[in-house]
Amino acid sequence: MRAQIAVYVVLAALALIAPFLGLYPVFLMKVLCFAMFACAFNLLLGFTKMLSFGHAAYFGSSAYITGWLVTVQGWGTIEGIVGGVFAAMLLGLVIGAIAVRRQGIYFAMITLALAQLVFFVCLQADFTGGENGLQGIPRGSIFGLVSLGNDRTMYYFVLAVFVAVYVLIRRIVHSPFGQVLKAIRANEPRSVSLGYKVDRYKLMAFVLSASLSGLAGSLKALVLGFATLSDVSQTNSGEVILMTLLGGSGTFLGPVIGANVVVTLQEYLSDIVGAWVSVIIGAIFVVCVLLFRRGFVGEIQRRFAQRAG
Amino acid sequence: MTTVFGVPLPAILGQLMLGLVNGSFYALLSLGLAVIFGLLGVVNFAHGAFYMLGAFAAYMGLEFLGVNYWLALLLAPLTVGLLGIIIERLFLRHLYQIEPVYGLLLTFGIALIAEGIMRSLFGASGKSYPVPPLLQGGFNLGFMVLPIYRAWVILASVTVCFVTWFLIERTHLGARLRAATENAKLVQAFGINVPLLVMCTYGAGVALAALAGVLAAPVVQVSPLMGSSLVIVVFAVVVIGGMGSIVGAIVSGLGLGLIEGLTKVVYPEASNIVVFMIMAVVLIWRPAGLFGKEQ
Repeated sequence: MRAQIAVYVVLAALALIAPFLGLYPVFLMKVLCFAMFACAFNLLLGFTKMLSFGHAAYFGSSAYITGWLVTVQGWGTIEGIVGGVFAAMLLGLVIGAIAVRRQGIYFAMITLALAQLVFFVCLQADFTGGENGLQGIPRGSIFGLVSLGNDRTMYYFVLAVFVAVYVLIRRIVHSPFGQVLKAIRANEPRSVSLGYKVDRYKLMAFVLSASLSGLAGSLKALVLGFATLSDVSQTNSGEVILMTLLGGSGTFLGPVIGANVVVTLQEYLSDIVGAWVSVIIGAIFVVCVLLFRRGFVGEIQRRFAQRAG
Repeated sequence: MTTVFGVPLPAILGQLMLGLVNGSFYALLSLGLAVIFGLLGVVNFAHGAFYMLGAFAAYMGLEFLGVNYWLALLLAPLTVGLLGIIIERLFLRHLYQIEPVYGLLLTFGIALIAEGIMRSLFGASGKSYPVPPLLQGGFNLGFMVLPIYRAWVILASVTVCFVTWFLIERTHLGARLRAATENAKLVQAFGINVPLLVMCTYGAGVALAALAGVLAAPVVQVSPLMGSSLVIVVFAVVVIGGMGSIVGAIVSGLGLGLIEGLTKVVYPEASNIVVFMIMAVVLIWRPAGLFGKEQ
């Protein structure tokens, strides 16, 4: 417990001074957005053991909606984010209601197929700008009080939202609702026989995860100033799985660390090796699945538990 | 000229023909996917990548070694099938004891590797593969011109699908395979080499995907990403047909190809998404799929 608090204090200090350490703020914000995405995804994979293969649909559609509301409709930043998250929530509700009817591998395939449907809709719809995506999305300000144009201000805004989401997810997992999710993860038929409406709990978790993924997507669109097809693509869905798996699914910090590793790899490797990045990502996937299923944080926790026991 | 819904009849028939050609590829791919899932319990995400590798094997064979189409039709599935067997031995084998989602994730990684390698070597743009001389041109049926190559693709796929169905449902080997699907331990106790059977099944399923790739090479552009969106459509086809059902895979593959072709005539904007929408409706109405059994 004491070690855990120490880790959080060090991480919080690092996050606060990071922009002054010479790290590029836009890069840091991108990492934070994907870390938030991975944490939201982990709520589903790690704590409910539902593998969604189409989480880019919520991330990307929210990015598009926020971008469209802010750029074309002239909404404020916060209102735009709320609009985007609301869209992701509705989408999660519809897709989730269809997908939770099946389990395991079927659930994965259905979420994947329905996310591909969302991808094609985004490709053909007018408001998304098709192949070009939405460009030049303004960051605006927080209710006209604090301008977010400055990278450092934007960074602390994103950091604050990230911390809030992280705390919220911890709260959800430790709540009575989260305990039921864990029970479903451990033994679904038994949870049914205990009288829990399992499908309803799963749908609830799905909608929560989709909404928070949408929040991450909205912020990403504002940070980088664009929303494109790659936000809703299958590749993005795959990468968030990798982040979660690599860091350790079912742990709180795992997805954050996984997102750091994957985004950093992409940022620095794509200049050096070009298309081989996808080979490297694929190889990490293979190694992770074969040898390293607990992920970084999962392995560390296991070592600690062994020493303690 | 005869028209239906204001669209000239030859245009409709032409689209239906194209739909059937696509349906043939769906059927071949979902058949392999169903056979692999039945025995291994693995959803092979790399299926689209193996389809792509089959097409590239044909392309590279012609370009670098002068291997003609007919030989490629035999050699490409063999080579790619062998690659599948190696992957099964090296990687997949270690995952049978744990949850099936890991098989999906592993094969997803393999698909990324295969697509990344081909993209680094050949670039993202498509290569064209010539229609073999024997199958060029078309028959004039009076009301439409029937391209010979397309007719050949449909004929060849339907034949291969039928042979596979026959092998699995009507022969001794198929009986063992089906028995191993039901209860692998018991079948092993009867002295049948189940691990070998599993390995060969994976190889055969992969070879089917590669065969579809060779058949597709002259009608589509051969490109590293040709399989990545196709595999998702095929997943939807398999979900609609009912996972693990051989007949379901074949019938829904061809049927959905036709429906997609019709959609191109009636409402082209929806042709990309019609399969996914049908999947959603089927799931609401019959969660186990059209030919699947409720567990």
